[in-house]
Amino acid sequence: MSILDSIRTALRAIAANRLRSGLTALGLVIGVASVIVLIAVGQGAQQGVQERIRGLGSDLIFVKPAAQTDRSTGARGAQGGGITLTAADADAITEAKIPGVVGIAPQLSFNAQAIAQSQNLGVTIIGTTPSYADVRDARVAQGAFIGADDIDRRSLTIVLGSAVAASLFPDGDAIGQQVRIALGPQGFNFRVLGVMEPRGGTGEQDNYAFIPVSSLSARFQFLRNPRGDISVNQINIRTAPGAKQEPIETAITDVLAQRHQVVTPDFTVQSQNDLVGAAAEVSRTLSILLGSIAGISLIVGGIGTMNIMLVSVTERTREIGIRRAVGARGTDVMRQFVTEAIVLSLVGGLIGTGIGVGVAMGIDGRDISGTAMQTAIQTWSIVLAFGVALLVGLISGSYPAFRAARLDPILALRSE
Amino acid sequence: MIHLENVEKVYRTEAGEVRALDGVSLDVQAGEFIAIMGSSGSGKSTMMNIIGLLDDPTAGTYTLDGADVSKLDDDTRSKLRGRLFGFVFQSYNLVPRMTAVEQVELPLLYQRGTNRRAMALEALDRVGLADRASHQPNQLSGGQQQRVAIARSLVVHPNVILADEPTGALDTRTSEEVMGIFGNLAREQRITVVVVTHESNIADFTNRTVRMRDGLIISDERRLQVIPSSASSPDASIPVSEVGS
Repeated sequence: MSILDSIRTALRAIAANRLRSGLTALGLVIGVASVIVLIAVGQGAQQGVQERIRGLGSDLIFVKPAAQTDRSTGARGAQGGGITLTAADADAITEAKIPGVVGIAPQLSFNAQAIAQSQNLGVTIIGTTPSYADVRDARVAQGAFIGADDIDRRSLTIVLGSAVAASLFPDGDAIGQQVRIALGPQGFNFRVLGVMEPRGGTGEQDNYAFIPVSSLSARFQFLRNPRGDISVNQINIRTAPGAKQEPIETAITDVLAQRHQVVTPDFTVQSQNDLVGAAAEVSRTLSILLGSIAGISLIVGGIGTMNIMLVSVTERTREIGIRRAVGARGTDVMRQFVTEAIVLSLVGGLIGTGIGVGVAMGIDGRDISGTAMQTAIQTWSIVLAFGVALLVGLISGSYPAFRAARLDPILALRSE
Repeated sequence: MIHLENVEKVYRTEAGEVRALDGVSLDVQAGEFIAIMGSSGSGKSTMMNIIGLLDDPTAGTYTLDGADVSKLDDDTRSKLRGRLFGFVFQSYNLVPRMTAVEQVELPLLYQRGTNRRAMALEALDRVGLADRASHQPNQLSGGQQQRVAIARSLVVHPNVILADEPTGALDTRTSEEVMGIFGNLAREQRITVVVVTHESNIADFTNRTVRMRDGLIISDERRLQVIPSSASSPDASIPVSEVGS
């Protein structure tokens, strides 16, 4: 029996029992589709996180306060929770003249309420220095960024992120306007110096408002350091493009450890590469998890196929007997059922790929329970899902086919 | 051409051994039209299965056209079976949801060669069903279905047609038609036709009757004259029970 005849026979058998064939294929359709969709979701999440980290700007090293341990309870707080860094630390790093460091900007950030005219908005206040614009690659669209004299005079000036400006001043022209920044019982009016260019990405950075770091500790009592230093909760360090970040990280650690006179650093030094790596690790785990779930559904689909093929062999015992009587060898019968299972899983795989790609494209960019979905369809996942579906078809068809081939033709002919 | 010598067939079951054939010897010439009779359990079906290479003997030899075929492997038996034998069954054994012409093409699927459709249509024409080629079994009467089955057995130009109770599910008139077709095939094309039956009036259409009991042949009668081609009046020179009664 030629391969073409086998395929034709298989298609006839599949067409002869459309409902059953459809239900069998459905298991594989769902399996293949879910592999493609879930891997697209996992990879999309991974890309999203990486884009977000890259959106912070490249060639960056961050110094943050280390997690603090409460001496009485031993409870460990969140990383960056205790404020152990000061603006003077940033100056010390600058003075150390570490090769490869091209810019340093300390920052003190917290969430506050911004009020202008009748508008009211929760924003992230970043207290920083003029170097921030260069270090974080932030550009001013209108007006100016914080200047050196703003730092010296601890002036009540503010630079708004694009989204903040758009919300507070819907009519445009924010420059020179007053914005009240309220935090707890305290509130101060700031004059708008400038508006930033949109940063895009997740839009998080467009919701920033920049204030001279010196003004913050001068005005807001709770930010004041007992020794009169300016507290910061992050120091941003820009390294030269392509510079190796590891030696720089070590040098920074040395400088700060000496200044703080500690053996165990009360700060952490992290490069952007570290963050990307960590995030990639997390989302890889997520991808593997999602992929495994999808893989399980594919296996379940395969078991369904085997089940139906077994039923099919039992139901068509007499047909098998007839074929054997007219000259089919056991191998011919085996080939017929294997071909049938493969054709069935091929059809299921094709439909599943179509649905999977369609769903993955359909949910891309959609808001699902508050989370913007991002999907990235992977060619390898399609190949993988399709290949596994075919393999599953082959395996799940083989055993029933083997049973069919082993049937005694005489008994098969007599079966009801 | 068919030569059985001391053929035994023993089935092992939980209840013990069952001797379905207990030393059977039989010679059948090409073009013979032969009936095998016996009650159920007499071994007639077992013998037919062995002749048709669906089963192999436990002991004894089976020679087909001078070649010993008693100990062949499954694949060789399948091949020979497809080329040399055509099977017709009581319950027609057509594949559901397949048109008549596709049923007839089925044996050709397992053989080399082209022109399957043409050969199948020709075989259908020989049983007078050319106009039913695209009908499925459920659109055909019992007699028509059995004629499709006969066409299927004919399409490979077999040496032997083995029919197991071919008229068991048919009315008298249709049974006569079917036996008439077999008679013509035997006489005109020298095809050996072996009919297993338990109805003596059906056996009377043939020119030889072999009776079996308990796995043994108890009688083997030949009729001297060949039955006429018209199925409606079998030869009257031999004891024939009334056809069509």
